[in-house]
Amino acid sequence: MSYLEYAVKTTPTGIRKVLYMNWPLTLLLISVASAGFLMLYSVAGGSWSPWAEPQMERFGLGLTVMFIVALVPIWFWRNMSVVAYLVSLGLLLFVELFGTIGMGAQRWIDLGFMRLQPSELAKVTLVMLLAAYYDWLPSYKTSRPLWVLIPVVLILIPTFMVLRQPDLGTAILLLAAGGGLMFLAGVHWAYFAAVIAAGVGLVSTVFKSRGTDWQLLKDYQFRRIDTFLDPSTDPLGAGYHITQSKIALGSGGWNGRGFMQGTQSRLNFLPEKHTDFIFTTLAEEFGFVGGTTLLLLYGLILIFCLVTALSTKDRYSSLVTLGISLNFFLFFAVNMSMVMGLAPVVGVPLPMVSYGGSAMLVLMAAFGIVQSAHIHRPR
Amino acid sequence: MKRTPKTQGAAYKRLTRRALVLGGMQFAFVGGLAARMRYMQVDQADQYRLLAEENRINIRLIPPTRGRIYDRNGQIIGQNAPSYRIVIVREDAGDVDKVIAKLSQLIPLNEDEIERAKAEMKRTAPFLPVTLADQVTWEDISKVAINAPALPGVTPEVGLTRQYPRYEDFAHVVGYVGPVSDYDLSKMEDPEPVLMIPRFQIGKVGLEAKKEDLLRGKAGAKRVEVNATGRVMRELDRREGQPGADLQLTIDADLQEYAQARLAGESAAVVVIDCETGDLRAISSTPSFDPNLFVRGISVADYQALTQDNHRPLANKTVQGTYPPGSTFKMITALAALEAGVVGPGNTVYCPGYLKVGSRRFHCWKRGGHGMVDLETSLKRSCDVYYYDVALRVGIDKISDMARKFGLGIKHDLPMSAVAAGLAPNQEWKQTTHGQDWLVGDTANASIGQGFMLASPMQLAVMTARIATGRSVTPRLIRSVDGVEQPTGAGEPLDVNPANLEQVRNAMYKVSNDRRGTAYRSRIIADEFRMAGKTGTSQVRNITKAERAAGVIRNEDLPWERRDHALYVSFAPYDNPKYAVAVVVEHGGGGSKAAAPVARDVMLQALYNGTPPLEAYPVADRDRIKEQQKRLEGDRRPKARPDEKDRA
Repeated sequence: MSYLEYAVKTTPTGIRKVLYMNWPLTLLLISVASAGFLMLYSVAGGSWSPWAEPQMERFGLGLTVMFIVALVPIWFWRNMSVVAYLVSLGLLLFVELFGTIGMGAQRWIDLGFMRLQPSELAKVTLVMLLAAYYDWLPSYKTSRPLWVLIPVVLILIPTFMVLRQPDLGTAILLLAAGGGLMFLAGVHWAYFAAVIAAGVGLVSTVFKSRGTDWQLLKDYQFRRIDTFLDPSTDPLGAGYHITQSKIALGSGGWNGRGFMQGTQSRLNFLPEKHTDFIFTTLAEEFGFVGGTTLLLLYGLILIFCLVTALSTKDRYSSLVTLGISLNFFLFFAVNMSMVMGLAPVVGVPLPMVSYGGSAMLVLMAAFGIVQSAHIHRPR
Repeated sequence: MKRTPKTQGAAYKRLTRRALVLGGMQFAFVGGLAARMRYMQVDQADQYRLLAEENRINIRLIPPTRGRIYDRNGQIIGQNAPSYRIVIVREDAGDVDKVIAKLSQLIPLNEDEIERAKAEMKRTAPFLPVTLADQVTWEDISKVAINAPALPGVTPEVGLTRQYPRYEDFAHVVGYVGPVSDYDLSKMEDPEPVLMIPRFQIGKVGLEAKKEDLLRGKAGAKRVEVNATGRVMRELDRREGQPGADLQLTIDADLQEYAQARLAGESAAVVVIDCETGDLRAISSTPSFDPNLFVRGISVADYQALTQDNHRPLANKTVQGTYPPGSTFKMITALAALEAGVVGPGNTVYCPGYLKVGSRRFHCWKRGGHGMVDLETSLKRSCDVYYYDVALRVGIDKISDMARKFGLGIKHDLPMSAVAAGLAPNQEWKQTTHGQDWLVGDTANASIGQGFMLASPMQLAVMTARIATGRSVTPRLIRSVDGVEQPTGAGEPLDVNPANLEQVRNAMYKVSNDRRGTAYRSRIIADEFRMAGKTGTSQVRNITKAERAAGVIRNEDLPWERRDHALYVSFAPYDNPKYAVAVVVEHGGGGSKAAAPVARDVMLQALYNGTPPLEAYPVADRDRIKEQQKRLEGDRRPKARPDEKDRA
């Protein structure tokens, strides 16, 4: 039994819960999503279809989900953590066996009205599970080798399943989010130093494996890294995206070219202008001012999550909130680095802005948990 | 468990500390992103602006010209013809519906096409051209050009499209191309940018699909100057791509055409293979379809007509269809018995019309029996009991091995769609797939090519070529790629006693040339081209006891779907085999009646490299053959297609 249950009486009940929500966070989410609608309207050539309208519908659904999740007490979600984790592993296994083949990888389950990507779900459930684990584990055991090994295994299981799909981007995000949570829980820093050293070793091994029989990455993944390092080698093929993206972004200047005036995102062949590369359009049309405004909104979301995490005395609430905000951070950080030419193209969407249902729904549900932690925090 | 406030406090403090550290790192990264954005958008903005202007000098892909397909004599089978299409630019058109309505008064427009175009317009940017009508005649293009002022945003464009000038004849071999679909893209790991060009054609079925990598070529690029809306103002320079490789097939288009015409009306397949090189000279399956329909986008009505035809025009019966080989399999059983030393040339078996295996009677097709039968007679008169008897002595595994040696039950590597492996069953196969023991009755059935045994017409032709030459002839479809000769399929000598092969060949000669042979009526009498062969009739239904008692119903009295398949395999000339021919006529009735005459006609056509003289035929047939030649000659004249005339 944790401290939380003792403090139940101090938490709001009934409709009053809504008043105690983290309202600034809600408003920030709505404004970021609205920026997304605008951009989707713009890349469709000034039309609500085919992207902006379904995206708005899904965001409406996402908001509803967030409210429902928020009103359920946080201890329920803590108790559900293990189940949620197991369910997402089951779904990962399901796509491994029966998934629809799309874009060369088996990644989603067709639910009819949307496609569910279990790897998206796994990012959140992994955080939930680890938070519950560290809530349960007495803190003096945190850094003992056995108790460090267990969460590592819990992280690696979904990571390997996602890697097999193959979805390198999500696998890296899972690793980073899981590692981040272990760091927050207070695992000794020497472990992290050791892992980073080993990681450097692994990366060099991966590159040495190229062209040999035991090649660790697929050819197209190597090619993506090549074109990242030097986009000019293949200006018509894979490097095309990065080059075009950088030109569009850079030509935005201070104020941008104005809404619906971005020439680059219209003239080029970018096939993913409404998903992974949507930030390019935003930065071209609204310039440095628009780009940093979005960045600021993202930063504020992180801050309000931090506020929630630090204002609760419940360990699970803190950890899960920080884990979710870390996930959110990784999402936009990787995506923006990618379009700015700082990271290879790994296929990570811009959260709340890119077109796509399952990522946004999962994210909104996750923010629902943050809200629940905020409402039901012992005070 | 209960925690002391002290440890809890310490853990809480550490969590706060770590959260702040991680938060700080996140904000440092966000700051880094902002700095990068500043660097790109403020410090280097001018440079990128310049690049963006240069981007207006746009790089556009030039679709490569698809490789052409020829027959062995250089006759064109698949080519690229100029095609005119009418495109509309949404931005310039203003009221799209009104413009389309005006256009439809001028030239015929397809409703489906218009729906598709409207859907496409919703997806793409307003300045991108969307095709309204494809493969438009020159006349209609002129009409549009003259009325251009009244049709804002509508322009004619010229491009290349695939065309198959031999229509039905090569539909099954070459297949067809079609525009890249989302489904095609979803199957590829890393699609080439050229595939993103709207309506770029790729191979969908058959050789076009299997040899896509050779035929497609490499895209070129051109630098064009575009204005602010993306319209091309002028071309600056271009780097030509690499056109796809030209493929030359081993097929003789004239022979293929003849075979196709000869089989017209039947649901049948004929394969002509060159015994020396394994070249497939003709590989035709009837009925067929016009592949050009698929290139244009086939209408629902046309497609339904094809799928609902019980003669299955879409199926390539030569490689995809598998049939019980029936009596044409007897050579394999005979060879297995000879090689195993179970029978010698003089050994005989008594045929009373049936053989009792256990409690079951296996009947010979001839109810009265053949009497004393040796190997030669057994093939010549196609006695079933002889094979039941020797097969039971040899055992299925040796027969199955022999079948595989002669190319049955294995998948031949041919660049066509859905090449079937057929089936040469053995004990292990039945155990693994059916979970049942192999029974002696199964062996009896297999010995005459019934039961589980399945082979495609192409495999039967390969089998015959191997018997004729004693070498492991392998089929070859592509003679050369861009003029580079491909390795032939002559093959190594088979590990079979030549004397045994000679015996079987001799018996096959008798089938066709002995007065009592089952295919005597379809012999060739030109001495230099004597033919050897074997008839086959494979059952598609079981003959019930009651039926047998009442007298087996004649094929002609049965509905078409329940009649027997007719088969014939042959090679000629007997002393120096040049071609092997396999014919399967689905539900054709008896092999000697329905299949052998076709094989002979096609064989003669191949041997004489054109219409054979009547002297090659038996005297009694000549009048009828003369009629037939005249009729087919008429059929094969270039047919003027009504839809082709108005489609320039």
